[in-house]
Amino acid sequence: MRNQFAESLYKVACADEKIAVIVADISPAGSMGKFREEFPERFINVGVAEQSMIGLCAGMALRGFKSYAYTIAPFTIYRPFEFVRDDVCYQNLPVTLVGMGSGIVYSTLGATHHTLEDVAVMSAIPNMHVLAPCDPLELAEATTFSANFGKPLYLRIGKSGEPNLTEDAIDPFEFGKVRYVERGEDVCLIGYGPALSIAKEVAGRLREDGKSVSLVSAHTLKPLDREGIISILQAHKEVFVVEEHTAIGGLGTKIKEIAWDSQAVCRLETFALKDEFIHCYGTHADMQKAHGLSPEQIYAVVSGG
Amino acid sequence: MNSSDLDPFRAAESNERCRRLRKRILDISQQVKALHIAGAFSCMEVVETIYFHLMDRGTNRDTEDTFLMSKGHGCMAQYVALEELGVLSEKDISEYCTSHGILGVHPDYGNPGIEASTGSLGHGLTLAVGMAYADKLSGKRGTVYAVLSDGEMQEGSTWEGMMIAPTLGVSNLVAFLDLNDFQSLGRTSEVLPNFYPINAKVESFGWEVAEVSGHDTGALFNAVRSRKTDKPMMVLAKTTKGKGVSYMENVPIWHYRAPNADEYKTALRELGFAQ
Repeated sequence: MRNQFAESLYKVACADEKIAVIVADISPAGSMGKFREEFPERFINVGVAEQSMIGLCAGMALRGFKSYAYTIAPFTIYRPFEFVRDDVCYQNLPVTLVGMGSGIVYSTLGATHHTLEDVAVMSAIPNMHVLAPCDPLELAEATTFSANFGKPLYLRIGKSGEPNLTEDAIDPFEFGKVRYVERGEDVCLIGYGPALSIAKEVAGRLREDGKSVSLVSAHTLKPLDREGIISILQAHKEVFVVEEHTAIGGLGTKIKEIAWDSQAVCRLETFALKDEFIHCYGTHADMQKAHGLSPEQIYAVVSGG
Repeated sequence: MNSSDLDPFRAAESNERCRRLRKRILDISQQVKALHIAGAFSCMEVVETIYFHLMDRGTNRDTEDTFLMSKGHGCMAQYVALEELGVLSEKDISEYCTSHGILGVHPDYGNPGIEASTGSLGHGLTLAVGMAYADKLSGKRGTVYAVLSDGEMQEGSTWEGMMIAPTLGVSNLVAFLDLNDFQSLGRTSEVLPNFYPINAKVESFGWEVAEVSGHDTGALFNAVRSRKTDKPMMVLAKTTKGKGVSYMENVPIWHYRAPNADEYKTALRELGFAQ
């Protein structure tokens, strides 16, 4: 996804001279080589100094630039949190904070490099918007969207090698709207970010069992598409939420709030990361399994097996 | 290099303006107790020098220059200067900190003359660097003037801004450091003795540095006008916290206290206003 982001942003920057990227000395920023070569004055590496990365983004945005802060997710938003809140959100500026390698994709690097709670933390700040595309295709559209959004945005993305899930999606990408990737009538699996591939695998197994299954990308987590969620809760007998984020303040929590308010009668189960710092190491899939987020574990619960 | 001190007439005018602005702040303090008088008084001449002598207002009072109050708690000095310039109205000031007004204890972006929201220390310098760099890219001519406190130099983010500013070549950035040697709990030189000497530290980060009396508007003006390099500049303005009112000077409680009626009278008398 980081390569897709670099490619998409480069395209946007070719057409808009007010696009600037500020990175905090991160090696994957190397995939932005083309941007850096062609627009060196709009590509700034502040060094290992995330507070000034955000401050600079805000300062340039105050002057009409559309700035992007780019580094690994925890360093984009946690290290300089108060700068995100005061400089970007309080002043309501067109700054996109790109959280690369979000969730637990940096599986072996330990909890310092994970974001288990970023959706909750970013969603809690007034004026902030949260967007988590599920695959490179959706990210390309999200990036184009971000360039003209004009408001604070947290763009939560993966790392590399994510498969495309939305090639044949039913709905187009639209900011603020849930997106049917596949459409069925009995069961709905809903998620966001690259972890939607887990939901897709579960959906496939349920289909083998003869169920008619929907798969939904809830890429816009703030503002969440309340009407769209109510419609999903009404249209399906069973709804399952899958997310690579803790249950606190994630999509599952938000959907449960809406379910209560709308007096939903469907079965509703949520699958999220445990509220724990992770002390085990292994592949990304190993880590998801340790948190009960493997397709097998989720399928076992939803099918009652 | 052009080294034009304020001529004697403008220096007198400048001193008189600072005296008048201090009185205006004291007047407000009799209506609203929530203000930081001593910190505003310490940077009064710095603020006056920037707004009334350094910033180029052209013929229609527009300016491409920017004033950014990084030490947001000192913004009472900024508010009264903006009132004198006609950017803020008397009504704006009279409604300070009221439910129907627009002005609070710290600058709020979007209010007339307020270019950035500050109040949390250590934010202003990197914001100013971003503005100055953006202006360079856009081919704008203006200078960004930022006023920092010595207390906020203890924030790591200020040093991050000091590192990146010369790297980006922002010659259009001038920071003033209000060196009043006080923070909430006492003298900065006692809280963190190794903070000093500050001059060599800033210079070693690639800045041009000048050290002058922060209550001498002519010296402040001259320091900027006689710049020798195209590095970002920091003017170390040696000031007295609470300057102008004897019982406030260097007494920490006046960081946030407002004078009572008797103290108000004493202050006006000391500033030379007849009772």
